[in-house]
Amino acid sequence: MGGLQKKKFERGSATNYITRNKARKKLQLSLPDFRRLCILKGIYPHEPKHKKKVNKGSTAPRTFYLVKDIRFLLHEPIVGKFRDYKVFVRKLKKAYAKTEYSDVERLKDNKPTYKLDHIIKERYPTFIDALRDIDDALCMCFLFSTFARTGKCHVQTIQLCRRLTVEWMNYVIASRSLKKVFLSIKGIYYQAEVMGQLITWLVPYQFSHDHPTDVDYRVMATFTELYTTLLGFVNFRLYHSLNLVYPPKVSFFVQKLSALSTSLARVFSSVEDEEAQLDQFPVEGEDMENMEAREKEQKQQETQTKLFEGLKFFLNREVPRESLAFIIRCFGGQVSWDKSVCIGSTYDATDETITHQIVDRPNIDKQYISRYYIQPQWVFDCVNAKILLPVEDYFMGVTLPPHLSPFVEEKEGDYVPPEKLKVMALQQGKKPEQEEEDEDEEDEEGEDEEEEDDNDDDEEDEEEEAEEKSLKKMEEQRSQGKSLQVKVTPGKVKVENPARLEQEQKAEEKRLAIMMMKKKEKYLYDKIMFGKKRKIREANKLAAKRKAYDDAEKAKKKKARK
Amino acid sequence: MAACSSNSNMRREEQTEEKKKAREKSAKKRSKEEGDEGDEGEEIFSFKDKAAVDEEEDDDLSDSEDSVYSGLEDSGSDSDDEDDDDKDDNEEEEEEEDGSGNEDEEEDLKTETQQTGQTEQKKTTTMKKKKEGKEVTEEEKVNEYEHDSSDEEDIRNTVGNIPMEWYKDFPHIGYNLDGKKIYKPIRNKDELDEFLDKMENPEYWKTIHDKQTGRDIVLSDEQVDLVNRLQRGQFGDVNFNEYEPTVEFFTSDVMIHPVTNRPADKRSFIPSLIEKEKVSKMVHAIKMGWIKPRRVEDDSKGRYYDLWTGEDSSLVAKHKMHLPAPKIPLPSHQESYNPPPEYLFTDEERALWDQQDPSDRKLPFVPRKFSSLRQVPAFPRFIHERFERCLDLYLCPRQRKMRVNVNPEDLIPKLPKPKDLQPFPTTQSLVYRGHTGLIRSISVSPSGQWLASGSDDGSVRIWEVCSSRCMKTVQVGGAVKSISWNPNPAVCLLAVAVESVVLILSPSLGDKQVISATERLLSGQQEAETTEGEGPVSWIETEGEELNQGIHLKIQHAKAVQQVAWHAKGDYLASVMPDHSSHLQVLIHQLSRRRSQNPFRKNKGLVQCVSFHPIRPYFFVATQRCIRIYNLVKQEMTKKLQANSKWISSMDVHSSGDHVICGSYDCRLGWFDLDLSTKPYKMLRHHKKAVRGVAYHRSYPLFASASDDGSVIICHGTVYNDLLQNPLIVPVKVLKGHEITHDLGVLDVTFHPTQPWVFSSGADATVRLFT
Repeated sequence: MGGLQKKKFERGSATNYITRNKARKKLQLSLPDFRRLCILKGIYPHEPKHKKKVNKGSTAPRTFYLVKDIRFLLHEPIVGKFRDYKVFVRKLKKAYAKTEYSDVERLKDNKPTYKLDHIIKERYPTFIDALRDIDDALCMCFLFSTFARTGKCHVQTIQLCRRLTVEWMNYVIASRSLKKVFLSIKGIYYQAEVMGQLITWLVPYQFSHDHPTDVDYRVMATFTELYTTLLGFVNFRLYHSLNLVYPPKVSFFVQKLSALSTSLARVFSSVEDEEAQLDQFPVEGEDMENMEAREKEQKQQETQTKLFEGLKFFLNREVPRESLAFIIRCFGGQVSWDKSVCIGSTYDATDETITHQIVDRPNIDKQYISRYYIQPQWVFDCVNAKILLPVEDYFMGVTLPPHLSPFVEEKEGDYVPPEKLKVMALQQGKKPEQEEEDEDEEDEEGEDEEEEDDNDDDEEDEEEEAEEKSLKKMEEQRSQGKSLQVKVTPGKVKVENPARLEQEQKAEEKRLAIMMMKKKEKYLYDKIMFGKKRKIREANKLAAKRKAYDDAEKAKKKKARK
Repeated sequence: MAACSSNSNMRREEQTEEKKKAREKSAKKRSKEEGDEGDEGEEIFSFKDKAAVDEEEDDDLSDSEDSVYSGLEDSGSDSDDEDDDDKDDNEEEEEEEDGSGNEDEEEDLKTETQQTGQTEQKKTTTMKKKKEGKEVTEEEKVNEYEHDSSDEEDIRNTVGNIPMEWYKDFPHIGYNLDGKKIYKPIRNKDELDEFLDKMENPEYWKTIHDKQTGRDIVLSDEQVDLVNRLQRGQFGDVNFNEYEPTVEFFTSDVMIHPVTNRPADKRSFIPSLIEKEKVSKMVHAIKMGWIKPRRVEDDSKGRYYDLWTGEDSSLVAKHKMHLPAPKIPLPSHQESYNPPPEYLFTDEERALWDQQDPSDRKLPFVPRKFSSLRQVPAFPRFIHERFERCLDLYLCPRQRKMRVNVNPEDLIPKLPKPKDLQPFPTTQSLVYRGHTGLIRSISVSPSGQWLASGSDDGSVRIWEVCSSRCMKTVQVGGAVKSISWNPNPAVCLLAVAVESVVLILSPSLGDKQVISATERLLSGQQEAETTEGEGPVSWIETEGEELNQGIHLKIQHAKAVQQVAWHAKGDYLASVMPDHSSHLQVLIHQLSRRRSQNPFRKNKGLVQCVSFHPIRPYFFVATQRCIRIYNLVKQEMTKKLQANSKWISSMDVHSSGDHVICGSYDCRLGWFDLDLSTKPYKMLRHHKKAVRGVAYHRSYPLFASASDDGSVIICHGTVYNDLLQNPLIVPVKVLKGHEITHDLGVLDVTFHPTQPWVFSSGADATVRLFT
């Protein structure tokens, strides 16, 4: 009876996963080659749901790949190239050892190379897929483009990265798609909206890198290999979507293009800038509202892209030229710098039509009345606020207002820094000058008000006290008259607040209902409530910190005034 | 060349033997080469010269031979090649040597006629060398010294290059060539002589003191001239013209006739076989793919095209297990170079951050504030972070995690409002004070008028419920473990468990009729008592003081009694004496016949409490882990309820007899539906600490549980008559009032028989009434 005995681990999830070593053996690759292959093909380990089952009863920590993934790797032509390369290295070694230099030359000429085009196409079947995944590629390319020729990677790679990133920046300028910027302690974050996808990338500050020893540059180089290919194809497509020539002319490419001061050549010279108008559809009710909201949003976006139009900037030599030029040009401003700093300056510091000069030093000798001398943060804050902020806060040598992250979207109950509230008020159309004055006044008024409040409280207290006193007196008079032996304390009338009572009742009901929860649900509920409470606690902590800081500042000011 | 030869001279003595061999060898070679070259017929050198050449060559060869023996080079064929090379070199050297030798001879200022003779002699001796051995070498030595002197200043003193101070104390200064002493000049010049000489002698400026001979030499005009020329960096010879026109070795004119008339070799017309072989090898290798022809450099890298021209959706279908990598979280205000002040760390936060393990930190960096952009430094961990991201992308196992997105309010079960479930006790209305020890047990009379409480202070007090007045106090002389009012409303009796005695106490309260009925009940049995001789217990009638207090009977047990429980009719009384080892744990007494019996033959575990079924002849026994139900008529166990708790503390049976609740020391309260299952229908974990007492209300659908956390929780438990509908349990009120003393809170709880009131007794020596 009963047929064959079922063997364990021969069906189900145990057969769907394969350990890394087994996968490597199946592919007949060394570990570095396997790693490269995984990076290039985008194969990553999976965490199985039941690890013990997959691990055939053992609980040893192992990484698992999907068997299907590994089978998919088996037919990859690049694997063959890896093997070719191994043979090539062997031959080259042999030729060197035999000092057959002509052979060495010949072998070197025939060094096997591979292309990643098909992998890009395979991993990103549509262009939108590629755009969605381009964040990491941009970060990596921007990092590599800042490397010096230190031998950490090939010089060609660095140059290619530099070229691709400059092309990308020029595309962003041409399409005016930059949305947000943020000066962090790590570097400068940029966010652009390209074809409906939000793309964020991080550019380190311009310093030479202190190359760490515990970083495997081979891994990074492999990633960069893939990313440069991806970015190149994406750039090509993006340039063509704007009718721009790709690649941009090589002759002036290296210097002038990287200066970000010239606009790109178009395929058709007479292309009008057509602003895509939203078509009007006959709609009703809610759709109508949505439509209006959308229209409004679009209008806002348009105004944002023309934020710096008509303004003429001049960058002093101490400010980060590339990022500022990039941002200003993204929003339609004109920008120039000193001739000796970099190629591509279009006008001189003596130009009278300059409206803003960006400086990052405490003072400057020769000042023009016709222009504002502002610190670089103004540009970044304006972009994030989508309006031109009052320049007074950003004058040369002035203590800057805090720089806030534009990526934080506060939900209900979260802590909102007061600076953000101020900016929001500005956005809604309050006049900045008034605001300023108000603020100054507020400081004074605030103090006065507080004092007043205190007075009010005192008065109230006094009133109460007076009442009580009079009552007591009356009682004393009465009691003296009667001379009672038993001490009678005045009964207190219990004021029943119906609203509060109801609230209490509800709270009790809830408490009782919570008692009846099932164990599992109660655990979950407790967890959620814990998280909520923690959030509230953190917000309160921040608010308290801020208040303490403000108080300290105020006290300082008062002292200074005295 | 001279240095080279002197070198060879130095070595010569040591290596004479070797040299001989070498010379022979070289001579043979030479002769052979000469023979070869003889064909060419280029006789450039005279015989005389050749001899000199021979000698030079010897030296050279000896050098190379030396290296041969030192083992630096090997393989005869190689040396052959080298020999060939050497030969060529030698020919060049010969030419140079020729010229320079002549010049040497001309230039030597101190040439003696004798010397030329000697050189000639030397040449002849070298011819003889092959025939003669040592003799020749000795001769050669002498000659060598003389010959060698040509380059240096003439050697008249043979002491060599030594500090002349060594001869300071001797009369002589060295030895001449003949071995005779050279004496110092008789009178040395002192400083004064020197000065005088300088001032007076017109030749002084070109006088040189020769230290070796101790003589002064006056330079001639030519010699002075020579010194001047050398100092100016000119050639020593006046007649040497350094700007002579070059004489071309080959003429630039193309001649119509060949230089030699020799006919071309045959091999220059025939294709070379060796070359052919080499080429064919290469061709074969190319054919077989061993050698690849030079690849055309395609600039494929960095050449881009529109990759996504025909986007087909068929490819889009990736396998469904694909999990795209999560994006890097966007930065918050803390990461700003100039954050608002509240986001900066305080000192404590900073210290905490420093202490924490990097993996535990909430923020991977310390927020910092810079007053201007130019002060912002490079982020030291930038490359690290990028690298970690790379590692995450290809190494980190991915798993799809379903995020529970649930509104916490939805998790709370929807229960009927407590308001709709009234009546139930809500407020504390009376407190019965008087006891001094903790009150372990309370019981309400069936009429609901009286409340009896037994305390550790050794007294039983009987209170009037409505007025909270203590009607009676009975000192029983020991801690009261349990107290129970007889449920028969016709009599007024109390059973009290004190140590190992169960007291039957008649408080004689209330109606006269009731009191007399009680008296009758207690006195009427006296005759029957005699029939019972021995048993597990003894019934003792009380007298005197105790009787005055109301204690009528004493049932003396063997062990301490923990609990007493009446049957609903009020005639039977069960007492519990917990003991691990004995089967004598539960006794049932019949009051009317003053008889006791032990219903169990076997020990089934430590009995915690017992209870009678309110209607049927069933008996509930709760041990530590489970509750057993016995049929008293059939005398068998009908059910065993698993309590799912560690240690049962108390138990109560619903008035319908179909439901049981039991409290346990591990904070649980279990509701059993006897028709449904032997497992609890519901486990309630409302209390934070051990549950001490549980009670059902007789008529209202209420039950209460008392716990060590000082609270009494009233629950509404509707029991439907419809068997298909499960009871609905809703907690309706948490009553608090008792103070926790010695980690004990509420010890007993009981309901009023008719009103929705609940009594609770606590360790704080009070009984409280909640209405």
